[in-house]
Amino acid sequence: MANIPYRPDEQVPPAEVPDVHPPHPHTWIGRWVFSQDAKYIAIQYSATAIAIGLVALVLSWLVRLQLGFPDVFSFSAEAYYQFITMHGMIMVIYLLTAIFLGGFGNYLIPLMVGARDMVFPFVNMLSYWVYLLAVLVLVASFFVPGGPTGAGWTLYPPQAILSGTPGGQDAGIILMLLSLILFIIGFTMGGLNYVVTVLQARTRGMTLMRMPLTVWGIFTATVMALLAFPALFVACVMMLFDRLLGTSFFMPTLVEMGEQLSYGGGSPIVFQHLFWFFGHPEVYIVALPAFGIVSDLISVHARKNVFGYRMMVWAIVIIGALSFIVWAHHMYVSGMHPYFGFFFATTTLIIAVPTAIKVYNWLLTLWRGDIHLTLPMLFALSFVVTFVNGGLTGLFLGNVVVDVPLSDTMFVVAHFHMVMGVAPLMVIFGAIYHWHPLMTGRMLNEAMGQIHFWVTFIGTYAIFFPMHYVGLVGVPRRYPEIGDPAFITTPVDGLNAFISIAAFIVGAAQILFLFNIAWSARNGRDAGGNPWRAASLEWQTPQTPPRHGNWADDLPVVYRWAYDYSVPGAPEDFIAQDDPWVQQTAPT
Amino acid sequence: MVVVIALVVVVVGSILFHLLSPWWWTPIASNWGYIDATLVITFWITGFVFTAVILFMAYCVWRFRHEPGRVAAFEPENRRLEIWLTVVTGLGVAAMLAPGLVVWKQFVTVPDDATEVEVFAQQWSWSFRLPGEDGRLGTSDAALVGPDNPLGISPFDRFGQDDIIIESDDLYLPIGKPVKMVLRSVDVLHNFYVPEFRAKMDMVPGMVTYFWFTPTRIGEFEVLCAELCGVGHGHMRGFVQIQEETDYQAWLQEQRTFAELWEERRVRTASSDPEQ
Ligand code: HEM
Ligand SMILES: [Cu+2]
Ligand SMILES: [Cu+2]
Repeated sequence: MANIPYRPDEQVPPAEVPDVHPPHPHTWIGRWVFSQDAKYIAIQYSATAIAIGLVALVLSWLVRLQLGFPDVFSFSAEAYYQFITMHGMIMVIYLLTAIFLGGFGNYLIPLMVGARDMVFPFVNMLSYWVYLLAVLVLVASFFVPGGPTGAGWTLYPPQAILSGTPGGQDAGIILMLLSLILFIIGFTMGGLNYVVTVLQARTRGMTLMRMPLTVWGIFTATVMALLAFPALFVACVMMLFDRLLGTSFFMPTLVEMGEQLSYGGGSPIVFQHLFWFFGHPEVYIVALPAFGIVSDLISVHARKNVFGYRMMVWAIVIIGALSFIVWAHHMYVSGMHPYFGFFFATTTLIIAVPTAIKVYNWLLTLWRGDIHLTLPMLFALSFVVTFVNGGLTGLFLGNVVVDVPLSDTMFVVAHFHMVMGVAPLMVIFGAIYHWHPLMTGRMLNEAMGQIHFWVTFIGTYAIFFPMHYVGLVGVPRRYPEIGDPAFITTPVDGLNAFISIAAFIVGAAQILFLFNIAWSARNGRDAGGNPWRAASLEWQTPQTPPRHGNWADDLPVVYRWAYDYSVPGAPEDFIAQDDPWVQQTAPT
Repeated sequence: MVVVIALVVVVVGSILFHLLSPWWWTPIASNWGYIDATLVITFWITGFVFTAVILFMAYCVWRFRHEPGRVAAFEPENRRLEIWLTVVTGLGVAAMLAPGLVVWKQFVTVPDDATEVEVFAQQWSWSFRLPGEDGRLGTSDAALVGPDNPLGISPFDRFGQDDIIIESDDLYLPIGKPVKMVLRSVDVLHNFYVPEFRAKMDMVPGMVTYFWFTPTRIGEFEVLCAELCGVGHGHMRGFVQIQEETDYQAWLQEQRTFAELWEERRVRTASSDPEQ
């Protein structure tokens, strides 16, 4: 049972951090446009990410039109490749990464650790504007001659910069690379902020091992991103040079359409190593914040402490570290030396162990809880379903020899959508239902939320579960049309049409969700200060939504971890982190 | 309550879909039955875990759903349970990894008696090269590729002279003999993938990659490109014909060698060149 020690005398170390007051805006523009308040920046980040995410959603519809009804809606191959490339890139980088770190990171870190704001508010503001610029450059590539790049979100050279690929010899690929470079610059400014804020600006009593797992997840993901994005950065710069200056970092001697090009001596595989040295950690940069947030959602809504908190923290840190030595599992059939397969298959399957521990601990948090089936809880449950499903198919693809027939098929597409597409999205939805009341003071509409949840949960499962079997049959990914080759013994056309219809319905439900956000911001039920009766610090602010500077004259003092739910003997079923309540030991 | 039912339906539905739906891999035509076997083992283990985890979750939601008067337990940690779960998971993972690594060892170890066959990819077609009577492929270089030498084979290498060139046409292979597929591309990444053979490998300009297999079934098998290579990617198809040894030999007799093609093309280019 409980062996987290309670020593009231040791609970509050002396104040280490002087209370710094964030700059106060004096102009309208300083307040509503170039705001330096992390909460406002968070909303700017999230709104931009969702807006560009809608573009990616529409692109996925176009892709599904082509795959589901190739006879009716036949796009050109150029257009198809542009759709999937932009869809994938936007979803992974500009939506998921931006919303978890720039959105939730900005909003929650200062509030959850008891700071008044990020440590460098000006740099934080700059981070958003550079991100916005990156998004605009990306959007611009839709309008240049030749259109956006169609090189696949992996951007593998040589094809990414050659004429056989849409945008390869036009501006498309250049704008894509520039946009990524800008994104990384913007992220680095924000990321340094998050890390320094967590390390330096925690309030009195907020030890590292008292931080909510949300902060642990975002913090670890940010550290990882600061280490991983530079690999992508140099890869982008080098590819830009290859494209614009005629260097040959990634380009060997080539003959394109019968014509000798002037490249020579480079290696396309080096790009793949750089890309996946970033790309694999990227999966966890999206997943770790989701892990952290979902732990908190489950705990609050099951009125029970997170089971095995210390194990959860260590699992996050270990997963973060291990994820830097598994990247080449994306390259089993890339032509790298086959003996790498032994190493990377082993590391990949080892990472399954801490990941499984996290799943067990979520289940054990539910066990003997008092489960309120609120919308955040429903989304958390559906996250566990999709994440476990996607995680388990990861064991197929990680186990090098099983990956050989499956890699580059629709099985892979189904797998990564489950594990890093749908699962993190479920957490984002759950988190928005959970924290929207904090951000606006109003609850989201329950009925709309229920429809949104059920359509999204059942719908995404109906899209991506059967898709594994399309891949198992042997259909490669990135094929606008498979036709009817002899190896397909039972046609997959009907299945593809079914998947497409499910995709349209799921997409429509997201519109309802956005409507709900807009509608409830004015018409929602009043949330009060702490509608979920949560113990963590962000709900203990003097006003809801929290004002500029977050706290009243004094910073809060933290006496306990964030998970004191249903503590025996406590007056209520939660004890806030800044509540000095101490168990009176009964005289023996 | 609805949630509990939905969770059970998801699990049962997934299992039924797996067992009853007609979509499964295409019948195998190579020696890589081990890969299929490992895949099936993985299906069983992961299927069991998925079922157990989700049903357990459904049980928790049903058993511990909020009711007036319910109070959650306070249980921060449980050392023994956590260690126990870690060990069991570790063993399960090892049980999947071990056979996988053993089969991978076979996959990357080419038998000594395998014949080399070169696959040559460019946007967006397949060509092939067989070693000829000396059993060796001559050297090649992308820099040599030109109208009279489409595969870029060195004209000065004697091992290359008798190499058999199959340009943009089907490849024939005899049944039951191990082949090492030597893979080469001169423009972008491609991937040689025949679903029935289970094996695939990227083709990378500037380097030579390979995999090996033994055909075990007679028939015509479609080659698909499995690495995005530009707009023609989805149409980059070809065929491998697996034949009895005698049929294969008959086909082989009709093919032309590099030396023959080289001569012929040189003559043609020379006569069509106005400056000569
Ligand atoms: C309703 C939601 C979604 C649907 C219906 C959908 C559908 C698709 C389809 C059909 C493809 C192309 C498959 C192919 O031909 O190769 C694709 C590619 C992709 N999707 Fe999604 N997707 C959705 C959401 C997401 C999300 C949330 C992510 C975030 C991780 C994501 C990431 C990707 C990536 C990275 C690719 C690969 C692009 C490439 O091959 O270069 N998708 N998606
Ligand atoms: Cu990975
Ligand atoms: Cu291709």
